[in-house]
Amino acid sequence: MVANGKSAFIYSDAFTKYKFAEEHPFNPKRLEMTLDLIKTIGFLDADQIITPRMATQEELARVHDTRYLDAVQAASQPQANPDDFATWGLGTEDTPIFAGMHEATSLIAGGTLLAADLVMSGQYRYALNMAGGLHHARRAEASGFCVYNDIAVAIAHVREKYGARVAYIDTDAHHGDGVQWIFYEDPDVLTISLHETGKYLYPGTGEIIERGEGRGYGYAVNVPLEAFTEDDSWMNAVRSVIIPTIQKFAPDIIFHQNGCDAHTYDPLTHLSASTHIYREMPKITRLLAEEMCDGRLVAVGGGGYDIWRVVPRAWTMLWAELNGNELPERLPKAWLERWQLEASTALPEFFLDPPGSFEAIPRRAEIEEKNEIMVRRVLNGTPFLY
Amino acid sequence: MLVEQIMTREVVTLSPDNTLQEALDLSHHHRLRHLPVVQDGLLVGLISDRDLRAAAPSTLEQAESDQILHDIRVEQLMIKDVITAHPLDFVEDAAAQIYKHSVGCLPVVSQGKLTGIVTERDILRNLVEMMGVNAPTSRIEVEVPDKTGMLANISDLLRARRINTSAVMVFPSAKEGYRTIVFRIRTMDPRRFIQDIEAAGYRVVGHPSMMTDGEV
Ligand SMILES: [Zn+2]
Repeated sequence: MVANGKSAFIYSDAFTKYKFAEEHPFNPKRLEMTLDLIKTIGFLDADQIITPRMATQEELARVHDTRYLDAVQAASQPQANPDDFATWGLGTEDTPIFAGMHEATSLIAGGTLLAADLVMSGQYRYALNMAGGLHHARRAEASGFCVYNDIAVAIAHVREKYGARVAYIDTDAHHGDGVQWIFYEDPDVLTISLHETGKYLYPGTGEIIERGEGRGYGYAVNVPLEAFTEDDSWMNAVRSVIIPTIQKFAPDIIFHQNGCDAHTYDPLTHLSASTHIYREMPKITRLLAEEMCDGRLVAVGGGGYDIWRVVPRAWTMLWAELNGNELPERLPKAWLERWQLEASTALPEFFLDPPGSFEAIPRRAEIEEKNEIMVRRVLNGTPFLY
Repeated sequence: MLVEQIMTREVVTLSPDNTLQEALDLSHHHRLRHLPVVQDGLLVGLISDRDLRAAAPSTLEQAESDQILHDIRVEQLMIKDVITAHPLDFVEDAAAQIYKHSVGCLPVVSQGKLTGIVTERDILRNLVEMMGVNAPTSRIEVEVPDKTGMLANISDLLRARRINTSAVMVFPSAKEGYRTIVFRIRTMDPRRFIQDIEAAGYRVVGHPSMMTDGEV
């Protein structure tokens, strides 16, 4: 089954209100740029755009502490004092408070929840919410630019409403800790996270030995890759771990968090991937969704802090894969001209970084070897595979 | 952190009159590697599953060994001079005791009475928490001259950036006359903090952002 050009694109202009501060690295302009690229290239019909509603208190409370929900609502008031919210991880440099924070993040959660409903009910085969992917948010704490965990809210929703078994794939450069901890004891939610090792990088978790607890033991899978990992080694890990685990687990629906901060340009992380991985990974998850769960696939965005050179290309390729569009080699001139005026750096002309775009990593062989050994240890320790 | 805050209070114990078979059954049933021996609430000894297994002769003499396990009493095999901790000891002192004496646990005794037990695992879990690894953090190592005020100087930089700290550890540095301070800080974006540190004349070490590509 190929995509039919009729996937659901969850979007609202109000998504861009999820904005902490002018100079903050989490910049919603990336959503506008990506939407504009997708439209300019002709990959989106007006009737594919579906406007979300805010997630309700009840839907949020499935995964968040109600006291935390109260705190976020209080922090959303224009006169709120940032110093009052430290226990909830709010009012910090990472997650400053801003007026309308609760509404903005509830809408994103509502968007991912809607994407899940559209896919589970069979109205759409695939759905994308590129504003979603706030994978660091915890039960009672904002963390790493994430206030409400839209992914966890949507997973809890499909668990309750449809009794679905869920596979969650997280290929953001940071560990998908928030989603992992929320479902750590649930054997019906498999979480797989590939990320740069937490030796130095936030959030510091995502070690191989984090495998779930109690009945959920084995249903958290972590693949921590070395700093400076490049495309081939990253994709080897993706294929070696994701394909067998998803085939064996046989989920009813797949969620894929497509944070694109593993690119070598990304200012917050230390991996050395090119845009090739953002072309290949959505293909793998889409084909797995076809093979294992009748196509049911929800894709969300996530991290991605080079908003000029990486995010628009990565998520346009993601949408093209979900929507069955054939990707051109070059970005449209009109789009480049429009955004180059504003961009702080030269925009790339090709979707796929041409060979030789980046310098070779001197310790490549050693890094690849370390990653291979790590992948073997991950697979050997995943009990349900055997 | 005090021992009484991390110890297990409901301790499974033996009496000196129990047989080795009873001791083995109890250790299997509760999956315990150490069993304190108690008489009238007072700690009189400790027996480990390793001692118990060593006491059970090989399978060749199975029949006989069963008899031995029923005949010998705990009192005859237990260690009598047990290394213990006090409920008000610091966790790091208990860790030092465990390390120095190569033991797997410390019964916790107050006025001769057994009040709890701490194992290697309890201590390790506590140390992991103290190192801040269980909270979402970035890790930054700074090399500073070994003199007073260095920690305060860098803490000032954190305060100015409104960055919370989960843990701070100070280690001797490989370079003579220097120390390494490890910060686990609660931010996803440590770039400006790293710049601040360098601008203040200190060196961030080990961090991938400070490496020329791949030379970790
Ligand atoms: Zn990320």
